[in-house]
Parts: sequence; structure tokens; C-alpha cells
Amino acid sequence: MKYQSQKVAYAYFLVAMGLFAIQVLGGLLAGWIYVSPNTLSELLPFNVVRMIHTNALIVWLLLGFFGAAYYLVPEESEREIFSVKLAYLQLIILVVGTLGAVGSYLVGIHGGREFLEQPLWVKFGILVAAVIFLVNVSLTFLAGRKTAITNILLMGLWLLCLLWVFAFINPDNLSLDKMYWWFVVHLWVEATWELVMAAILGFLMLKLTGVDREVIEKWLYVIVATALFSGILGTGHHFYWIGLPGYWQWLGSIFSAFEVVPFFAMMSFSFIMVWKGRKNHPNKAALLWSLGASTVAFFGAGVWGFLHTFHGVNYYTHGTQITAAHGHLSFYGAYVALNLAMFTYAMPILRGRDPYNQVLNMVSFWLMTGGMAFMTFTLTFAGTIQTHMQRIVGDYYMDVQDQLGLFYMMRFGSGIAVVLGALLFIYSMLVVRREVIKPGSATVPGE
Amino acid sequence: MSELLTKSRARNVFYGGSIFFVVVFIALTIQSHHYIVNTSTAGMPLTEEVILGKHVWERHSCINCHTLHGEGAYFAPEVGNVMTRWGVLDDPEGAFEMLDGWMQAQPSGIEGRRQMPFFEITEEEMKALAEFLRWADQTDTQNWPPNDAG
Repeated sequence: MKYQSQKVAYAYFLVAMGLFAIQVLGGLLAGWIYVSPNTLSELLPFNVVRMIHTNALIVWLLLGFFGAAYYLVPEESEREIFSVKLAYLQLIILVVGTLGAVGSYLVGIHGGREFLEQPLWVKFGILVAAVIFLVNVSLTFLAGRKTAITNILLMGLWLLCLLWVFAFINPDNLSLDKMYWWFVVHLWVEATWELVMAAILGFLMLKLTGVDREVIEKWLYVIVATALFSGILGTGHHFYWIGLPGYWQWLGSIFSAFEVVPFFAMMSFSFIMVWKGRKNHPNKAALLWSLGASTVAFFGAGVWGFLHTFHGVNYYTHGTQITAAHGHLSFYGAYVALNLAMFTYAMPILRGRDPYNQVLNMVSFWLMTGGMAFMTFTLTFAGTIQTHMQRIVGDYYMDVQDQLGLFYMMRFGSGIAVVLGALLFIYSMLVVRREVIKPGSATVPGE
Repeated sequence: MSELLTKSRARNVFYGGSIFFVVVFIALTIQSHHYIVNTSTAGMPLTEEVILGKHVWERHSCINCHTLHGEGAYFAPEVGNVMTRWGVLDDPEGAFEMLDGWMQAQPSGIEGRRQMPFFEITEEEMKALAEFLRWADQTDTQNWPPNDAG
């Protein structure tokens, strides 16, 4: 650790991993309810379980991003964070807000804009936390060295915080509501988060491979350019059937087809950088997660998204288990695995230890990735059958669902693998330890 | 290649291109906003009752089991066309009675069948919810879903 204030990231990563555990356990319960529908049906209905599953995911990924920013901005800017106290204050607000949201869901207080179900006071809390964050990292950034990595990272984080404003706008007209809702949801995961992802990936490549900064930064700009060029108008692939003009079917199809490009570029980028890199970095697990994240992101977000992005296909597959398959693999590859890559890289340094427990960490990678891949396949098969029976033959929803029990059982099995992998990951991060590294030694290999 | 594509050129393409696409997106959004208000959702007026129904829908987080126009959770049937499926699209009284009867019978308790929770909903709110679903059903969704099954 070069700068003392980077230590803030440690607290963020801890909370993020706690929520990660809650998220996967919630997912496992939801998967079990598909197999055995009467489970907890009166005590904890499916809609509440799902809210906890999705909301915990979003919050822990954001905490991971914030933590990553607090870790890498000082190092890139070559100075301490503007205010460590503000950073902790921000974390406290987010933790109180998250616990408040979960508590209110459990007693039946929630909204019905998917993913934005938080009570209003929690939404304000998030806004305040976001403002604190932006002030804090921006002042750090402005006072220090400016690099492409921090440029892109901050641009992504600024835009994602600005888009949060649409969480407060809820038009009475359902179609308007849906259109502006996608301003948060799509423009987060398919535009601004991609900037954050590319920046963090670039940082990891810089540290792990030792390739020249100049080369990495140039390609970062190319990658994020393709992300925004395709992603902004690619929002159109959500505008097909919610009451918007028909031209979105063409615009959405064309631009979202290009959304494969940034993910392919990120995958190629990370492999080429590793191939060109001369450095033999000791943290092999971080390298595995980085390469894994960009590869699974390409399949989950790129290929599985492409699979049903054309409006002629989407007309039949929209809102079936195919959407669920795509959603799971893309979130896992692009954002979960990337965050875990960052944790794996930074945690040993933050704790002043050797990058030890590598084997356990790599086992957790394969358990989780294998589990998610299997889950994606089963849901894709289930979705294909559902599409045919429901959308083409015209059988009713529940009749079709009754035919899919076998797939839901297999999906639950893959969920167990994912949960085991996640718990093993947290264990390998926090519990297993080896020698303490003396301050000032070469724990952070140069660029 | 590296002479043609320098870092500063890549950066300028990124900023310039992004601004271009943002401007196009905003222009199309404005046009779409007008289209929604004046054309696609004009099948039935957006009354106070419909608006109340939307809030009832939201307060109970129905979206986290059902889909509406294909968006939501995939645990329970599509409701964007439920009034068509029930054959009560043009019959407010029938729509209310169908919906109320269905909701009062929940949870069914049938073993192995997905359970819909029981919701405390007043008669006024239930009428509003029925109107909201009828209103949503009349949105021009470019002929989606492909059939009544949703």
C-alpha cells in the first residue's frame, strides 16, 4: 500500500463481501422456491426474496466500485484521498440505508419500480452518499496526476451518480415510467458501469502484467468509445414493446448488436496484455479473475445478449427464462467477477500479507464460474421451451412452467455450486493468512 | 497503426463520438415522449383511478413476481394483457370482479403450486388496480405479446 488512505477500500470490500453472501443466499432461496413453491410462501413471499437478491447485488457491486475507486485513485493520482473521514461517512450512510431497505422490505414497505424499490429516504441517502463520494474522489483527482484510467473511471462514476436522479422520477404514465426507468437500469449496466469496468480492468492489467501505461491507456479509450457508441442507442433494445415508436426496433437491433464489440475488445485486450506483459506477478488468482471476468462478460453480456437482441427474435423471447439466463451470466461476468478480481488483487496488499490462499481462491473461481455457466445453460434450455410453448403454441404460463420443473431443479443445483464458491471466496479472502509483510517492501511491483 | 491511432486521438474520438450519440439519444427521447403521451397510451384516458391503480401495483411490488409488458420477474404470468386474456378489456365492472375474486382466493395453498400472497387492498384500490391493468392493456406495444398467453 503506497498511501495510507487506501485503507478505506478495505472497509468497503468487507461490507461488499457481506452483502455478496446475502445476495447469493437470497438467490439460492429464490431458486429453491422455483423447485418447491410453498416454501415460506406466507412468511417471506417470492417478491421480497427477489428484491433482496437483486438489491443486495446492486449495492455490493457499487460498494465494490467505490472501494476500488478509493484504492486506485490515490495510487494513480499519487496522493492521499482528500478526506478519509468523508469516505467512512459515505460508507456508514450506505450501510444504514441498505439495512433500512432490507428491514423495510421484510415488513412489507417497498416500491414497485424493479430494482428501485428502496423507500424514498434510502434513495436520498444514496444520493447524499454519491455526492460525498464524487466530491471526495474528484478533489483527489484534480489535485494530483491525471491518467486515462482515472479519467475514465471518474467519468463513469459521475455519470452513474447523475443517472441516479431518474430513480426519483416516476411518471404516472406507465410507458413513460418504463422509458425513464431504463435511463438508470440500462445506461448503468450497459454504458457507465462499462466505463468503470474498463478502467478497473486497465488498472489491474497495468499492475499485473507490466505492459506500458501508454499502450494500455490508448486501448482503454478505444474500448470505452465502442461501449458508449453502441450502448447509448442500444438502450433501444428495451424500447421494443413498452409503447415506444416502432423505429426503436431497428435502432435498438442495430446498435445493440454492436454491444458485443466492447466486451470482445475487453477480452482481447486483457489476453493480449497478459501475453505481451513481461512481469511474473505473484498474485495469480487476481490474474485468473481478471481474465475470467472479461471472458465471461463477453459470453454473458456479449453473446447471450446478442442471442435475443434482434427485435424479430426478442418478440418471442422477451421476458422468458432466456432473459433470466442472460441477466445472470452477464452480471456475473462483467461486474461480479471484476469486483472479485479487484478484491483478490487489493486485499493482500491492504492487509499487508502475501498473496496467499491462491489455490482456494482459484477453486472458488471455477466453482462459481462453472455454476453460473451451468445455470445459464439450464435457463436457456428452459427459456427455449417456454418460448416455443407459450409464445408460439400459445399454452398458458403456469401450464408451461409446470413442464420446466427439471430445469429448475438443475438450476438450483448450480446455485449451490455458486454459493459454495462465494463462501469459499470470502473465506480465502478473510480467514486464511500467512506471513505479514514488512511495510516498505516490494508488495506493489512497479508499473 | 500506432502512429495513426495515438492516445490523444483515441481520447478525442471517444469524447466527440459520445457527445454525438448522447445528443441523438436525447432528441429521440423527446420525440418518443410525445409519441407515448399522444399516441401509444391514448387508448384510454389516464384518470385519477388509473394513477391510483399504478401506485397500488407499485406498493405491493407485483413486478417482483409478474412481468408487465415483458419486464419484471419471471415467476408469475404476464399481466400487460391479462384483461384481454380474461376477456374483460372493455368491461370495467367485469374486470374488477375477476380481479377481486382472484385476489381474495390467494394464497391458494395448493401443494406444489406457486403461491400468490394475500394483499390487504380496499375495494376502491382494487377497482383502481383493475382500471390500471385495463389502461396498460390498451397501450400500443407493437403487437406484443404474440398471443393471449402473454
